[in-house]
Amino acid sequence: MGTEVEKNVEELIKWEKIKYEVPDLTGMVETPKIEEFASRKYTSQLFKNKDALQRLGYPIEGLIPDWKTKFLEKFDEILRKYRSVKLFMDICVRCGACADKCHFFLGTKDALNMPVARAELMRRVYRRYFTTPGKVFGKSLGAAEELSEELLALWYIYFYQCSECRRCSVFCPYGIDTAEITMAAREILNSVGLVQKYMHEIIDKAQYIGNNLGMIPDAVRNSIEFVESDLKDQTGMDIKIPLDVKGAEVLFVTPSADFFASPHIESLYGYAKVFHQAGISWTMSTYASEGGNFGLFSSNYNHVKIINKRIWDAARELGVKRVVGGECGHMWRVLSSYSNTLWGPFDFLDPKHPIPQHICEFTLDLINKGALKLDKSANDAFTVTFHDSCQVARGMEMGGSAHGQYEIPRAVIKACVNKYVDMPENTIKEKTFCCGAGQGLLGDDMLPIRVKGAMPRMQAVKAVKDSHDVNFLALICAICKAQMSKMFPTYGYPMEEVGGIHQLVGRAIVLGAKEGV
Amino acid sequence: MGTDRIIFAVLVYAVTCIFIIGFVGHFARWLASPNPLKIPTGPAPVTQGGTALRVLSEVVLFRSLFAADKGLWLGGYIFHLSFLIVILRHLRYFFYPVPEWVMFFSEIGIYAGFTLVLSLLYLLLRRLAIDRVRYISNFMDYLYPALIIAIGTTGLIMKYVARPIIVDIKDFMLHLMALSPIPLPDSLDGMFILHLIMVLLLIFLFPFSKLMHAGGVFITPTRAMVNNPRTKRHINPWADEEWGKRLAEAEGKPDAYKPWSMEQWREKWGQK
Repeated sequence: MGTEVEKNVEELIKWEKIKYEVPDLTGMVETPKIEEFASRKYTSQLFKNKDALQRLGYPIEGLIPDWKTKFLEKFDEILRKYRSVKLFMDICVRCGACADKCHFFLGTKDALNMPVARAELMRRVYRRYFTTPGKVFGKSLGAAEELSEELLALWYIYFYQCSECRRCSVFCPYGIDTAEITMAAREILNSVGLVQKYMHEIIDKAQYIGNNLGMIPDAVRNSIEFVESDLKDQTGMDIKIPLDVKGAEVLFVTPSADFFASPHIESLYGYAKVFHQAGISWTMSTYASEGGNFGLFSSNYNHVKIINKRIWDAARELGVKRVVGGECGHMWRVLSSYSNTLWGPFDFLDPKHPIPQHICEFTLDLINKGALKLDKSANDAFTVTFHDSCQVARGMEMGGSAHGQYEIPRAVIKACVNKYVDMPENTIKEKTFCCGAGQGLLGDDMLPIRVKGAMPRMQAVKAVKDSHDVNFLALICAICKAQMSKMFPTYGYPMEEVGGIHQLVGRAIVLGAKEGV
Repeated sequence: MGTDRIIFAVLVYAVTCIFIIGFVGHFARWLASPNPLKIPTGPAPVTQGGTALRVLSEVVLFRSLFAADKGLWLGGYIFHLSFLIVILRHLRYFFYPVPEWVMFFSEIGIYAGFTLVLSLLYLLLRRLAIDRVRYISNFMDYLYPALIIAIGTTGLIMKYVARPIIVDIKDFMLHLMALSPIPLPDSLDGMFILHLIMVLLLIFLFPFSKLMHAGGVFITPTRAMVNNPRTKRHINPWADEEWGKRLAEAEGKPDAYKPWSMEQWREKWGQK
């Protein structure tokens, strides 16, 4: 019986290479008519590495035979641990305010990609097993649904077609945050043995080896040496990227993609030049060689906590005074919003600076102090626009202000370029559209859904390309960079038009011009 | 006065008790689940006062809904405001003498009765007309507006067509309030009884339904949490217990990430 059940569900969510069409670009985002199960086939691969699953604490043989019991146990546990989930199960009135706000719905037209419909997948189960009306009145009157393999398959498919970007939460009259619901659903799926590959492979690597890319310390060192010699070739100067230096002022953490991926590495050049020019002693760490924290993407508190631990252990061991985080969206959310809860208080750090500090806060502070000389004309080839990363834009304050996360990155860009223009108002700041690959959807197996999910952002890009000849999309997130450098060519634009803010800073900075701070 | 009509008094008391216990119980169950992490949706105020204002702006102005959908906001706002005014108008049955401010709502409450019904008809039509909203709607989503429309309509009928004897209603209510219930006066006939029963049904269903959004909106974590995680440490009450479990699981398993200590990690991955 057990194996029969397993085969059944795995058949329903079987991954296969499918053909997809790239949407036409018109510069407008139109709300489509709903289509049932339009993206039903866009599934992601299951994780089958038994060693890793063992380490993660999840079932290693796929769906467990008595999955319904475990499913409800885990659901109950999450309801008791997370007020957000409990409350969001109860108070939705299905007004539809969120329905046309999700980039995956706009891109796929699939009815179940409306945030409310996605959440209803969970609410149907919630009502059936955790509420009196659902238990008594059942399916039609109570809108409740028995657990079944079909429903389980829909959970797996559609909770991995959500990038937890929280755009729906901005528009919900009760602030219902589908990200919280998706995170909970994913952890429930994990507990019964349906573990998604891309995301959990990385959660495993980050805990087991120390960074998302699985680079051992020597590999990190080699990459950094390569970057240093590259900087030497570019500038003729000895710009160092210090590693594991005790007593440095700043510990700098950044996504490991910045070590060699393109265009990420261009921002690493920028960070190094900023530290060099400011004359602030800094270090990176081979132990805390990852800023990103994929643990955020499911409600597994200990995963997010263990991954976060490295940064603060390294900060303590190296005896630094400040911790600065590089360009990464979800990393920044965990670092700024969760770190203090997970591993605080950080009373060993210098309270004069934000703990931790975002690289844009750091750089803008130096610019405002006059410690950096910037030559805007170095970027005159570019007309720049800025994509607010979802986890930053709808995450926490920067610079102590509720709107700092919008103003500070823009201020840094404007200090480095002459030509800057914003995308349409309903696609930026708190209303920003996700890149379409956040929170565990960046795998190659999810390319069809990534292409559809990127559509609203690409339409906004098209709009400013038409009106202002924009040719550079500035980003502050490793996932956005990876996704957009893939989507630009897919939608017919050059890949080189995508890059980080510190790529622009690095190009504009005049080295050796001043003494620094 | 038929003594069997004491049943209405009993019903009112029963439903009131169920409502209070249900509402408080529901709220208590929410509060029993903690907020492990800071999750306000940005842009979020960085002070306690600002956060209170934010929640208030959601409750009083439906601010997020306004950003989402102007038509829905207008319909929803008119409905909620009308409902509130109609309830305030009904306070005149609960007070003797009737205070000045209740008299004010008593006047405008007549218009609110019409806007209540009309706005709900609009919301109901909208639910049917837009494919997205129709797709997500379940039976209860139609039942509640239909029920409130029926309540409003019977109320308006009593105002304009079949007027009941107000003094009898007031007598009944004041006795209920004084905890010395009397049977429902015989003059109050079908239309009033229908109105009353439907109101009681609505109040009865309230704590077990989506109508609890009226309570939840005050504590929804994405709106009611302060945006200050870097300056004020938020405590997760179950973090230590969870952590202890993980450490116990990892005990004696050399390959489990426990978390690793820095030394263990260096040993394994060859840090100099």
